[in-house]
Parts: sequence; structure tokens; C-alpha cells
Amino acid sequence: MMKLSVNGQTHTLDVDPETPLLWVIRENVGLTGTKFGCGIAQCGACTVHIDGKPVRSCVTPISAVGNSEVTTIEGLADESGLHPVQQAWIAEQVPQCGYCQSGQIMSAVALLRDSPDPTDAEIDAAMQGNVCRCGMYQRIKRGIKRVASGEVQFFDPKSDIEVQHG
Amino acid sequence: MSDLIESVKAAVSQHKVNRRGFLKLTGIAGSGFIIASIAPLIMAEENLGTLVGSAELNAFVEISSDGTITIYSSNPEMGQGIKTALPMIIAEEMGAKWEDVKVLQSSVDATRFGPQQAGGSTTVPRTFDQMRRMGASAREMLRSAGSEAMEVSRDELKVAESKVTHTTGKFLTFGQLAALAIRQKVPDEDSLMFKAREDYTIIGTSVSGVDNMMISTGLALFGIDTRVPEMLYACYQKCPAIGGKVVKANIDEIRKLPGVVDAFVLDGNDDPRQLLDGVAIVGTSTWAAFSARNSLEVQWDESSASKDSWSGLVERATQLHGTRGKELVIDKGDVKEAYANPENTTLEAFYEYPFVSHFTMEPMNCTAHYRKGSDASNDSLELWLPTQGPARGYQIAKSMFGLEEDQVTIHMMRMGGSFGRRVYFEYIAEAIAISKQVNKPVKLTWSREDDLHHDFYRSGGFQSVKGSVDKQGRLIAFEDHFMGMNYDGRPVSGSRFPDTEFPILNVKNAHASKTFFDIKTPCGPWRAPGSNTTAFVVQSFLDELSHAAGRDYLEFLLEIMGERRWFEEGNVRSLNTGRAADVIKLAAKEAGWGKSMPKGSGLGLAFYFSHAGHIAEVAEVSVDKNRHLTVHKVTVAVDVGPIINMSGATSQVEGAVIDGLSTMMAQKITMEAGRIQQDNFHNYEVLRIPDSPRVDVHFIQSDFGPTGLGEPALPPLAPAVGNAIFAATGHRVRKMPLSEQGYTI
Repeated sequence: MMKLSVNGQTHTLDVDPETPLLWVIRENVGLTGTKFGCGIAQCGACTVHIDGKPVRSCVTPISAVGNSEVTTIEGLADESGLHPVQQAWIAEQVPQCGYCQSGQIMSAVALLRDSPDPTDAEIDAAMQGNVCRCGMYQRIKRGIKRVASGEVQFFDPKSDIEVQHG
Repeated sequence: MSDLIESVKAAVSQHKVNRRGFLKLTGIAGSGFIIASIAPLIMAEENLGTLVGSAELNAFVEISSDGTITIYSSNPEMGQGIKTALPMIIAEEMGAKWEDVKVLQSSVDATRFGPQQAGGSTTVPRTFDQMRRMGASAREMLRSAGSEAMEVSRDELKVAESKVTHTTGKFLTFGQLAALAIRQKVPDEDSLMFKAREDYTIIGTSVSGVDNMMISTGLALFGIDTRVPEMLYACYQKCPAIGGKVVKANIDEIRKLPGVVDAFVLDGNDDPRQLLDGVAIVGTSTWAAFSARNSLEVQWDESSASKDSWSGLVERATQLHGTRGKELVIDKGDVKEAYANPENTTLEAFYEYPFVSHFTMEPMNCTAHYRKGSDASNDSLELWLPTQGPARGYQIAKSMFGLEEDQVTIHMMRMGGSFGRRVYFEYIAEAIAISKQVNKPVKLTWSREDDLHHDFYRSGGFQSVKGSVDKQGRLIAFEDHFMGMNYDGRPVSGSRFPDTEFPILNVKNAHASKTFFDIKTPCGPWRAPGSNTTAFVVQSFLDELSHAAGRDYLEFLLEIMGERRWFEEGNVRSLNTGRAADVIKLAAKEAGWGKSMPKGSGLGLAFYFSHAGHIAEVAEVSVDKNRHLTVHKVTVAVDVGPIINMSGATSQVEGAVIDGLSTMMAQKITMEAGRIQQDNFHNYEVLRIPDSPRVDVHFIQSDFGPTGLGEPALPPLAPAVGNAIFAATGHRVRKMPLSEQGYTI
């Protein structure tokens, strides 16, 4: 049995310690926002945070997580509302198919935490590990810049109407 | 309370023949309050009644007492934005406020919703009037309800902003009128009037996708996210040489591995669209199944498997350069006379493009639950399908597993991209077969390697082209020998060169012919089939001819278009040279065509007409001495008629440009001895954020009917970039991908 803390909740799991964190999150913990794309840390769809740092969960064995705190896309919003990056993603209408966006958002959140007003080069460096097969890169950049500009605030996730139609 | 419920049920029952279930009203407010809990009763009533059997398209709209308007989106969503666009059309016509609209994915039921598929950029043109009728019909029933409630003439009422308003200013909301509206006569379809374009308040605006909140919080459920109780997880190993059969496998050893529930061989039927031989491994987790596969040893019989070789195809095609194909497409005028005239300038060139993969972000997957009954007639099947054609699930269940439609339940799941891939259903057949074997719900997940090794690829091909310009520099002759692929005696998707291909209709002398090479590698539609490769060849070669004639390509191209005409009046699939000229001029103007460019930089223009879309693109690039390419900006001008969702439309164009560049830059599927040689993102590269250009999109919202935009913005990209590289460097790109010619990005 091993313990795993995801989004502030501790889970006791009976899994092979070599199992990648991705599959544990999706199939044992039951949070499917974190996606499987390549299995070799090349596409970024599986990006989660371990103690705030972005990692590719598809190549991170569960045994390597230890007592660290895992944050997934489902853990970004809190009682005060959506994370600004999530809000910016809706406002800038970033998703097309949407499959890569959990990973994109997790990478963007980490970038903006370290560098609240990133340059284009910093955005490129931080986001190049995340593929968007639909090619929404222009909108991803705009979403990050919207957060950096302070245009987005925390808001109530239930009142998405204005953002959807703004 | 029960009396009230009974009276509502009676009212529903009494009027159901007339209204034919068109409006499902799930509650009312105002004088007679009915609590929401009765809604399921009404819906159940509908499901039991004669409504369901009707072929009327009648189940798109619900209004509840709180004013919420629920609109069902009937077609599969793969990122093309249809789940937002179709409800926008209904909401517009019915006079709803978009803020009041909630969109839900409909069930799979063609009798209620009509054909439920996605592909060929056809959903918007095919369903635009149908959606408008649904909305307009709802609007008129609400108007009649308002007339009855306010005791005024229908003519004195305006339906807009989710309310019915009298000329005096008095109004009732849709929510208040819901119960009364249900009792109104369903208007005759022919009596319905559609809103004028200038009165639109929703169509043409920029609306964020209806699932964006769910996606951004990780809650959107893609096919791969399906979870059902007692579900097992599976993978399926097929022969690396496509079509090989299993001789034997170390099944007993695999079964003993940790987390493995079962492992077995499935006997296929040799049809890659249905079921190929393979070994299924079923485990308690996807990882257990994937891990066990590492120990799998299979002996394959490859005698009937693919032996395709890309290098072999290249060699055969190269030898045919300068010849004509056995199959004639068109012989118009006299190209040979044009070539023989010493005053003309004649060029010949050979173009090549590889096989490519769909490479959707979400790998192929399917969840199936086959429940065995006491005998086969009692068997049942439940499917969670990420597919462009969910109703195909019924066909597979019938043809391969002998199940009737009433034994099958299908859930339509959101797809993480498709681009034409999920019009095939072998991954569905595999999941059903595996679930049937273990008699449990099973989620089959393909690894990325499975996905790349067993696609229905965009066919590679070759074109040997020739053309002449006269001494005034006008295009006088055009010839194309198209070399494509045959599978099982028939051309694969995209292996076509019609006699309407540009510029055949526009030029005096033209010749086109075809040759096909037999292959066993499965091919299928890939975003703008045929167009995505022929655009590259023809628009690059015409640019070559314009340079040979010393002409500016903008001027040369517009001259070829000639006078404004529609080759086949009324057929949106036929080129309209006026619409073409308009987008070409707009793209050129917005891109600053003709401006002086620094050394090593250039602009390239291309136009292509496909899927009823007239689209021109100008690429601005620079290339350094090491052939490092920078695409600074791509300017796109589009005419697909009126735009439904401006955000979705712009997004499709932006995505098509990136996809086009990604493909032309580095993507190539090769096969040797029938085996696909690429495996994953490390050797099949996708464009990433640092290399993505700015994309400027301009729409000409002409008065023609709206047509689709999932595909037609892709084809002009490659020739626009290729022509820009020539302008910057003098090097002509006649082969994709660029990475094989020393380019990096």
C-alpha cells in the first residue's frame, strides 16, 4: 500500500510502484482531466504539478512521488473560483478539440507562477513541451498574456456566462 | 399534486400528434406552478408515445420553467466546434438569448435527429436549414402562445431576447409561455420564415465553445475518459506488417503477469476497417495491460501481409516522370501544339508528397460492454464511442456480432481530434470483440505506437506536371500526370484528380492522366483529402510558370481566374472565379503583397478551392543560409459564406494553417516490408509553439449559403510557404516534407 496526495486529498493505493503517476491519477484516483498522449514525455498532455513544478506524469513512477503533493487540472480551482489561467482559456476561447488543454494549462500556471509577466521567449521555452495538434498556439499565447496583464480575476465558476459571451 | 401531473400528462398526450414532440417542455412558471420533478414524467411520456417513431426532426429544443432553453446538439464533436455552432443557429431563429441556452449532446437516434455524423466539412451546409426550421418552428409556437395568453394578434408580437413582446411593451418570457406553447399547433414547415441576416444577434458573433468550461477544468469527458463499474482495461497487439496473422503467442505466460485478467488471440477477417488478427491483453489497469505487452511474443504469418515499400514507390514514380498515365482524365485543346510553339515557354517538374498520419492527440480508444444473455437474442451491447459516425456502431454490432439495433445502446463521446481518422471503426470492433470474450465492460486504449502504426493514412503520391506560357506571359497549357494509390483495386481516399481540377477549366489546353500503384497500407480521408496535396503541386507549379514568364503571381493567378463566373451555377462545390478573385485580392492586400522585402525574406501566395470554400493565403517567411526557416505570418482570406461562430471559424483557420505547416515541415510516414517506420512524437514531429506563425484571418461573408471550414483552409498553406521560400531564396520546393531538404524551423 502506498499513500498519494492529490489536490490536497490523501489516497491509499495498492499499485505497482513502477506504475506511472498518469495511470494512477486516471484509473485509481479517478481524475481523468490528466491525459494520455504519448507515454514518453514528448507531448505534454499528462502534465501535472509535483510540489508546484510541472512534470510529465506518464514517465513519473508513482514510487518517485513519495510525500510530495500532486496537483492536477481538477485541483486548480478552489472555493474562490477558477484559476486565472482557466478563466483566460475560456475568455480567449483557446480549446479546439480540448484534449491537450489540461496539460497546456498546468504548464502555463507553472510558468506564470515563476514569471508573472513572461516574455515571448519565456513562453516559448515553458510551453514547447506541450503539443496542441489543433494548432491553437496563438490563443495559448494570448491566454498567458491575458493573465500576465491582470485582466482576469478569480471568479465564480458558476457565473461563466459573461466570459462565454463577452 | 398528482392531479396536476395527470393534467399535464393529459395535455401532452392530447397534443402529441400535432406537436409531434417537437418541443419538449419540461415545466412551466407563472400562474400554474409545476415543480421540476415532473419533467422526467413528461419525457417518459414522450419516449413511450408515438412521437419517438416519427421521422420528424423534433427533439432539439426544451424550455424549462426557469427560462433555461436546452438545445440538443446532434452531431459528433471532435474540435470542429459543431456542438456550439448548430445550437447557435437554432437559438438565433427562435429568438433566444444565448445566455439562456444550455447545450447538451443528444442521444444517437437518426429518427429524431437526422444523420448524426461529421466529415467532409458538410455539417453546417447540410443542416443549416434544418436547424433554422427547428428554431423558427419553436419561435412561432411561442408567438402563438403569447397571442393566446395576452389575447392579442400574433402580428402584434415580436419574439426576441427569450421573450414575446407586444407592441405596447407588455411581454411574457419563454419560461412563462412554455406550458402554453406546448399546446400550440406545430407550424407547417412551408409557412416558416427565416430571419434576415441583418437581424442576426447570435449568428456571426464570437462565442466560446460550450464545453470550454468543462475542458479548462479537466471535466470534459472524452471517449478515453469513460469509466463504468467493473470495467477492465485492454490493449491489442496487431502485426507490425499490416495484415499479418497470428500463428502462436505466449498467451499462458502473459496470463500469469501481474494485473493481467486474460489474454487471448482474436481471429480477424483480414479487413483493416473491421478486425485484423491480434492478441488482446485485458488487465485491471491500462498500465498492467501495456506492461504485459512488453513480454508478449507473437509468431506472425506475414504471407498475406503488406509488403509495401515507400522507397520502392518513389523509384517507380520517378521513372514515370515526363510520361502520361494509362487512365485519361481530360484532353482539352492541344497541349502538344502549345509545347511545340517556340514562342512559348514550357516547364516540366516532378512533385512528391509522403504518406502522413492523422496523429490525433487522443489515441484511438473505445469502451464496450457486451452482456451475454441466456441466448444470443438476449445479448446486449453498450458502447461509448469517440467517432465521427456514431450510428456506425449499430452497423458493426449487426454485421460483425449479429445484434439488432434494439440490443445496442450508443453514447456519443467527445473526440480529442479526428481530422478524418475516426470515420473508421476497427478500434470499435476490437473493443466489442474483447468485451464479448471476457463478458465485462472493457476500455480498449491504443498506445501512441499502435496509433501511428495502424492508421488509415493520408496517401502519399507524385505528380509529373508540365505547362506553357505564351509570349505575353499568359498560361496557355497545363498538364498533370497524377500518380496515386490503389487498395484492393480501387483508388484510396484522396487519390483523385478530377477533370474540374484547377486550372483545367480555366485554360485553353489541358491534359490530365492517372497512374495507380497497388498498396496494402490502409489509407483514408485526412483533412481535405486530395486537395491537401494537389494544392501544393498545382499552386507551386503555377508560381513556377509565372516566374518563368516574368510575371507577378497575384496578377498571373487573377488572369487565370478570368472573368467572374460560376462554372456550375447553383453548385457550391463548383469554383466561382469571382469569389476566388475576391479572396485572392483580399489576402494580397492584407499581407502587403508587393512590399519590398529584406534579403532572405519573401512573400508567397496560393489559392485553393475545396469543400465549397474559396481560400487564399499569403505566407511571409525568411530563410537563413543554413536553411533555417521562419514563418513570420500567414494571412488568410476566406469566403465560406456567412460565418456562424466567428470564434470557431477563426480557430479552424488558425488550426488548418498550423496543421498545414506542421505537415509540410517534418511529417512523413514511410513503410518498408509493410511496416510503418515511425513510432511516436520523437520521430513523427508536430509543430510546437516557438515555431508557430502569427495567423491573420479575414472573412468575406458573402450571400452564398454557409459552408464548412474544417478542411478548406489547409490546402493553400503548403504552396504559399513554398512560393515564399522561392521568393526568399530562389529554391523551389517540390517535395514534402521540408526537413528532408535540409530545412529546419
